[in-house]
This record gives sequence, structure tokens and C-alpha cells, in this order.
Amino acid sequence: MSTPQIHLETLPRSIQLVMTLGFLALAAFPFVGSDFYSAMVVRMMILAIFAMSLDLLQGVTGLVSLGHAAYFGLAGYVLAFITPQNEAISLYTSLPLAVGGAALAALVIGFLVVRTHGIYFIMVTMAFAQMVFFIFFDNKALGGSDGLFLNFRPDAGVIDLENKQVFYYFTLGCLLAVYGFLRRLLWSPFGRALSGIRVNEHRMRALGFNTFSHKLAAFTLAGALAGLAGYLWAAQSGFVNPELMGFHMSAHAIMMVILGGMGNFAGAIVGALSFEYLLHIFKDLPDVGEFKTGKHWQMWMGLFIVALIIFAPKGILGVISRTFGGSAERKESGHE
Amino acid sequence: MSDHSMQRQSLMSARGLTKRFGGLAAVNDVSLDLWLGHIHAVIGPNGAGKSTLTNLLSGDLPPTSGTITLDGHNITGWTPEKISGHRLGRSYQKTNIFTTFSVWDNVRLAAQSRVQPSPFNPLGWFRSAAKMTAVNQRAERAIELAGLQNRRHAMAGATSHGEQRQLEIAMTLATEPLVLLLDEPLAGMGQAEAESMVQLLLRLKKDHAMMLVEHDIDAIFTLADHLTVMVNGQVIASDVPAVVRADAGVQAAYLGEETHATVGEEH
Repeated sequence: MSTPQIHLETLPRSIQLVMTLGFLALAAFPFVGSDFYSAMVVRMMILAIFAMSLDLLQGVTGLVSLGHAAYFGLAGYVLAFITPQNEAISLYTSLPLAVGGAALAALVIGFLVVRTHGIYFIMVTMAFAQMVFFIFFDNKALGGSDGLFLNFRPDAGVIDLENKQVFYYFTLGCLLAVYGFLRRLLWSPFGRALSGIRVNEHRMRALGFNTFSHKLAAFTLAGALAGLAGYLWAAQSGFVNPELMGFHMSAHAIMMVILGGMGNFAGAIVGALSFEYLLHIFKDLPDVGEFKTGKHWQMWMGLFIVALIIFAPKGILGVISRTFGGSAERKESGHE
Repeated sequence: MSDHSMQRQSLMSARGLTKRFGGLAAVNDVSLDLWLGHIHAVIGPNGAGKSTLTNLLSGDLPPTSGTITLDGHNITGWTPEKISGHRLGRSYQKTNIFTTFSVWDNVRLAAQSRVQPSPFNPLGWFRSAAKMTAVNQRAERAIELAGLQNRRHAMAGATSHGEQRQLEIAMTLATEPLVLLLDEPLAGMGQAEAESMVQLLLRLKKDHAMMLVEHDIDAIFTLADHLTVMVNGQVIASDVPAVVRADAGVQAAYLGEETHATVGEEH
């Protein structure tokens, strides 16, 4: 029994095909791409995990968090703190600690913020993220504004994460696992309840759902998955700084989710990859005379996002399903 | 007060219920009982406080003073979700559904509320909601009771006004309540739809304690076992319908003009 899809929750065939081809392309990329571009794609995949974690709040539950980078950055910092100077730390202890730390922070902050609605939710999530940012930014003991270096990637036993190729496929594996998990969760009783909260929270409460605990669980889980992304980011780059939990990081994640299309996780992946690719293009724009076109990449990105929201409010996935069709799009005639 | 209140089990009762919005007492010192197997109708002109009373009983609004008991529990100040969990179901005067979901998904979600696993339990994240057999059965029953069998796949927001009213009832029934608070279920319905709704309410009466807020006087005299008349937030009469009908005060304050108004609307 499918739901009419304002958010393309049921992916049309065209999008399923795009996703399958996309995953195959990601799997094949290290064989054709240079090291430079492979590292870039790893970063894209990590951001895709981050964007999916935000989509659980933004697209599925209808909670727009402007402070989601806090959990991304925190997990990265946890890894940086617990990695010794002279040797690697086991993945099997550091990953649970980093993800658990991010989840705990999300649980505590979530307990305070998920009571609020709409614009207030946006403001308090941002306020808490800014607090976290400045705690790290202003404290030399926590790395200060310069951040911290990691000398070793986590030790995963037989999986040699110091190897670039291995790390690539490890990240791709995480991406697929998170995507599969969240798609499954979307159709679970928990996922259906979150969807109901997005559409009509008042009625959910009248039906007997404890919407507070559902939103808190979603917030915590989203924080944990953002933490996984942040952990991978720190492991890959060997470096963490407060920018990872900064306002721009949070805002970029929101744009990624909107760019791809909200509420189905596929859009978050497409959005994250496209966003990073566009960023790369805009930053590399050739100078026109004295005008440094590439320096103003934020302006081009801004214009692009504005144009997208006007012409394709359902993001890239919306364009794909409208152009190539598929079963879900036709049923869609509703509005919220 | 007539003797039926003595014979029946009062499932829900309100005592001295008051709700003030600033200086205005929208509900002022209202006491009432809902009995199993009875329909307790509440009537009154617009602004009499009927919807506010419903919101107080369902926990959508906290009362300023007074107490509410439900099935032996003092539920004053409880959240709507907790009250719902103690088998109170309500429908809304202004249709309050999941407009972008199908009719089936609306009712299925309502039925799911009865067995909702803790959102923090990871095992629940991997289950398929569509394969919860008991939930599907409960939803199916509610869909059939409300007569929406042929509209399962329609998007709720795209169905007719009457169907949305039926959906309101189906969602409420899917939570398998003992106490039903129905806020103008007949509002805006066509004659045939209203007739089948009246039949449904008569069928539901046996196993439920029901409060029915309604404007349709004919329906009320068909359905109600007990009738409470509210004006300006206060109860001005509360008794079996025949006694209320004969009450001179009620006639003056309300019934006469409203009957004319209803007849006038229908023609």
C-alpha cells in the first residue's frame, strides 16, 4: 500500500535506476579516477552520509535543524582526542565512542530543543551549535581555532584504512549501509510516525503518539549518523577544526538536502554529491579580466540554489522523476 | 437529574470544569458525565464553549480549574497522547487529517498508535509498518465501519468533504476507544451521508460512552440519551431530551431559534 508521495517516499523507477547506476559508478570510480578525484569523491560520500542524517530530521520529520554540524564535528573531535600520538586506535573502540558521543550530545540538546516548533526550532538548534563551536574555538586545550591533527587513521584489523582505495570502499560501504538502513527505517512504524509528525503533529498526539519522544529519538539518531560522517571525515583528512561544526557546515547540509530533494534519503545523496561538485566548478571558474570569478563561488551557489527552488522545488530527484516518469510521481497532486 | 445516571457506569466525568482565556470564561463551571452505552449530546449556539469543552476533555487544552476523570483515573492536566492511551478517542470539528497520505495510510497510522513500539527501540526501526497484521486488521475494521472501503487509495486531501468527515471517524475508531468525543461529525454532510453517519453512531453506541457535539437538531433527537445545553460557557439545562425540549428557559435561549435556523439552512 503506497502513500501518495509529496516527498517521493516511494522512489519512482527512474530514480531507482539513477541510484543503482550511481552506486555502480561510485564503485568503479577508483579504477578510472585519479587519487585527487578519488579523495574528493570520498569527501562527497561522507557529506552524503551527513546530508542523509539531516534529511531524517528535515525531510522526514519536518524539523529543520540549523545546527546539525555540531554532531558531525563532535565525533571528529572525539576521534582526534582519543587517537594517540604514536599509534593508531582501534576502529572498534573509537567508532562507538565517537558516534556515541555525538548521539549523547544530540540526546541532551534534543531534549531541550524538540519541544520547540518552526522558526524557534531553527533558532535554538543554531544557538546550541554555536555554543559548541565556541567552546572548541575559544579553548586552547580543545585545539582552539587551529584545531587538532590526527597522525593515524583508525586501525580496523584486516581492513587497512591507511590504504586510500580501502578507505574509499570502506566509506562507500558506510554510505550504502546508512542508505539501506534509513530506507528501511522510513517504512517502519517509527518512520511512519515521523512522517505523520511532519504532516500533522497535533493529530498524532490526539491519536496517542508521544511525539516528543519520537522527535527526540529521531534527533538522537540523526546526531549519531552525523557523528559517523564526522568520524570518517576526521579519519580521512587527519585534521579537525571548529569549522566542521560551524554555521556554514550546517547550512550547506540543508542546501544539499534541498538540492537533491527531501524526505527520501536518495535526494540527500544526490544533493551532497551535486553540491560538492558544483562547489568545485564554481571555485575553479576562470577569471574574467580583473574579476576573480572563482572567489565569489558562494554567490554563484546562492543564485543556483535560488533558481533551483523556483524552478524545481522538489530538487534534482523531482526533475528526474518528472522528466523520466515512474509510478510515484503521477499520484502526487497534494500540497501541505 | 434523571435516573439513568444511576444505573449506568460513568466512564468519564467532569466536575466544575472552567477554562478562562484572559477575562473570558469560555467554559464556566461545567459538570457532565458520559455513560457506557449512552450518547450524551451537547448543543448550544456558536461560541457557547462546546469545542473548548471537547478540547478540555481530550487534553488538547488544560483547564483553568475543575477535575476530569476517565475510567477511574484523574486525568486533569494529562497530555492528549496519554489520555488517548487510556482509550479516549476524539474527532475534530475542523477536519484534522493527514492530507498528503492515502485514506488507508491515515487509518493505518491511527491503528498503529495502539501498538507503537518505543521510538528508542532499535528493533522497531527494522520492522515493516505495512506488515503489522493486527494493525492492518484494526484499520480495515475502522475503514469498513466508516464506509470508506472504496476510497482506500484516494489521497485524503483530495477526497470530498463528507468523506473527510468519515475519515475523521474512521481514524478515531481505529484507536479502539471506549470514550468517544465527536465534535460535529455531521457538519457539512449531505443528507445521505448524514443518514449513514447517524446509523453508524447508533451502532457504536452500545460499546462506547459518547459525547456528541452537534448542531443538527433532528439527529440529536434521534441519537441522544442525554442532552446538555450550553450558552456562554455555562450549562443551562442537562437532562433526557424530552425534558430539555420542554424546558422554557432552553426554548427561549436556544432551541426555538436554532430549530428554525437548521430548517432554514436545509431548504
